Amino acid sequence: MSEKVKFTIDGKEYEGEKGRLLVDVAAENGVYIPVLCHWKDVKPAGSCRICTVKVNDRYMTACTTPIDANMTVENKTPELEDIRKAIVEMLFVEGNHFCPACEKSGDCDLQALGYLYQMMVPRFPYAFERRELDAKSPKIFLEKNRCIFCKRCIRMIKDDKGRSFFAFKGRGKHLEITIDEKLAANISEELAQEAMKICPVGAILRKEVGFSTPIGQRKYDKVPIGSDIEVLQK
Amino acid sequence: MKEKIISIIETYGKTPERLMDILISVQEEFRCVSEEAVSLIASELGISEADVNQTKTFYHFFTTNPVGKYSVYLNNSAVSGMMGVAEVADEFEKQAGINFGQTSPDGLISLHYTPCIGMNDQEPAALINSLVFTELNREKVRKIVADMRDGKTVESMVDEYGDGNNAHPLLKAMVKNNIRKPGPVCLGEYEVGKGINKAMSMEPKAVIEEVKSSNLRGRGGAGFPAGLKWQFCAQEKGDRYVLCNADEGEPGTFKDRVLLTERAPMVFEGMIIAGWALDAKEGIIYLRYEYRYMLEFLNSVLDDLRNKNLLGKNILGKGFDFDIRIQLGAGAYVCGEESALVESAEGKRGEPRNRPPFPVQKGYLDKPSIINNVETFCSAVKIVENGGKWYKEMGTEESTGTKLLSISGDCKKPGVYEVEWGMTIKEMLDMVEAKTTQAVQVAGPSGTCVPPSQFDRQIAIEDLNTGGSMIVIGEDRDLIKDVVLNFMEFFEDESCGSCITCRSFNMILRKQVQRVVDGKAIKPDLDNMLEWGKIMQNTSRCGLGQTAANPIATTITNFRDLYELRVKDVEFQSDFDLEKAIAESCEAVGRPPHVHE
Repeated sequence: MSEKVKFTIDGKEYEGEKGRLLVDVAAENGVYIPVLCHWKDVKPAGSCRICTVKVNDRYMTACTTPIDANMTVENKTPELEDIRKAIVEMLFVEGNHFCPACEKSGDCDLQALGYLYQMMVPRFPYAFERRELDAKSPKIFLEKNRCIFCKRCIRMIKDDKGRSFFAFKGRGKHLEITIDEKLAANISEELAQEAMKICPVGAILRKEVGFSTPIGQRKYDKVPIGSDIEVLQK
Repeated sequence: MKEKIISIIETYGKTPERLMDILISVQEEFRCVSEEAVSLIASELGISEADVNQTKTFYHFFTTNPVGKYSVYLNNSAVSGMMGVAEVADEFEKQAGINFGQTSPDGLISLHYTPCIGMNDQEPAALINSLVFTELNREKVRKIVADMRDGKTVESMVDEYGDGNNAHPLLKAMVKNNIRKPGPVCLGEYEVGKGINKAMSMEPKAVIEEVKSSNLRGRGGAGFPAGLKWQFCAQEKGDRYVLCNADEGEPGTFKDRVLLTERAPMVFEGMIIAGWALDAKEGIIYLRYEYRYMLEFLNSVLDDLRNKNLLGKNILGKGFDFDIRIQLGAGAYVCGEESALVESAEGKRGEPRNRPPFPVQKGYLDKPSIINNVETFCSAVKIVENGGKWYKEMGTEESTGTKLLSISGDCKKPGVYEVEWGMTIKEMLDMVEAKTTQAVQVAGPSGTCVPPSQFDRQIAIEDLNTGGSMIVIGEDRDLIKDVVLNFMEFFEDESCGSCITCRSFNMILRKQVQRVVDGKAIKPDLDNMLEWGKIMQNTSRCGLGQTAANPIATTITNFRDLYELRVKDVEFQSDFDLEKAIAESCEAVGRPPHVHE
């Protein structure tokens, strides 16, 4: 197999296969680096920036950095934790997130990170952008107010011919997530369910089914995000 | 419409990789890319409509609704503002009877704003149906709109031509070169083919070594050693590609415009030499749509090179095949970032890629590729001709050779200057006859705003690095409003939006500068802006986000007093406006708002 290399995270030594992504190797070793856009074994987007770490004193995203020998990684430092908190705050002021009314509450990675970083009041001014809700597809609500542009759906949800159901529209502050109306008319139950599952927030929701898991019994209702990884720490 | 679009798609081999060309042709043919067109393109290419729209909506020269028979894209960048674009815009609106962002009801005229079109030395300037109109004023606008109403062709509205090749039958542009100071490398003596002949008498490896020995560094602004880039690419396996970055989008730079006009064969020659050095078969020059007016001319230069057996099959009878195609952009500053350029050349939205892998490993079509600036390729030609040692004798220790500066703004002699690296700002200001200078914006919005106290600094990669843009800002300009705010609006519009920090911070920071200009900011806002800018710099994926806070950071650092004059000296203020908040309900009950301070 591939070459094994040793590297450190926050002073502690770890081992992994050279060339694999830092975020994955860290997770397997019980080190939690927060992610919003990353999905294991899918081509990294590097778009949410929340996995920003310092590698040999340079800022890098852990989801796009292959591990190599002699890498010195900083992860849980006050500076980096503050950057991550700032990113969470930024996502909250950029979109319109009303957790109590959201079907993903308790299963939402963004909300869970808000709790993890003990976000109280965002330091940035709210944008209050008006965004649309797209309900044209028979099986999916696209709640654009909540989209954080992680590109998981764009990268992962495709039809049997490899065509994307989801795509971006516009650029910069006008960026929007869109769903292809024609393709979405025939999206399968499984794929619609999968799309909702991979969405880290409540931007992609299934129509007609909801709240099948009651509030209180959801993924992050009892334990903070990342605890499933941290239990692996040796 | 259907037949025409299908024939366009077939011209480009019916492949999604040529989606940009397809969209450009459709836009030019029908003045828009309608929803029906998108639907047809998607089904012909076997991709989803959402994917076609994803590319289409990224570039600002693509429109869903038809632009006017005459579409006016007026540059509203900072220097255009200094040169009086507001009056020009006002006159266009008056004459056309519509506002910017609108199309006249008869479909005759549409007015749009666009960022820097590479004409900063002859502003205010506009693109009308992709032809350039420079040094506009009220009188000229009146004539232009009258000509439109008379149904004149845009070509016939250009009544005088600029100097040099601007008067070439395939260019016929009113653009002036404004070459104020030719130097020994790019704008010196040049003989077509000499460089290629020399290079092909050498081993490819030796060519790379020669370029390395010159210590030539990339001229786009990042300054990566060109020879090293070529070497890294040559080490990779697979078909290699040579890409030329002619997406000169940094506001204030226009030197590539001049090189493409006067030294087009030299640019291509540089690419061919790189092709020889890397054993590549194909080169692509990515030309920004703002330079669309040069397309036919540049294609004729390529034909000329083919006729001379310097391009195409079996070059100089040595069994070396290499050809070049021109890829047009469609309006997106970020495509000047090399990996975004590659994405765009592949028909996608111009979103920068994550690194690693680097383009030398996986570039165009995931094949090893080099992407160099127009000026870098020109320099490489002379380096091969005269040797790296000759080149290295010019410039400074770390910045060898010459640099083309595009100088504009408040000075008597705006234009292109080829100077040795190492010139001080003061020397530069004397050269362009600038008086009463408040600041010099070095390297465009993404660079540094230099105050008079630092005018003894050097223009060099080790001190004040620049891709060429130098904007002289006179004493009577409102630095924050006319320059910083304009730059931040630019970045906000041009961020690809894919990485969160660049997308959000540019919006947040632009609003903060607006607050300063409106007199609504408070003292802590200044330090917040610096701190937030720092986060954007450290966490953004590409150079755009990493440098977009520079206009704010460098002016707050160097011109803090200008800010302090405009901010309230309080620690906290509520942004909640009670009167505004209750205005609607007051109106509903028919009672005026009654708010006490």
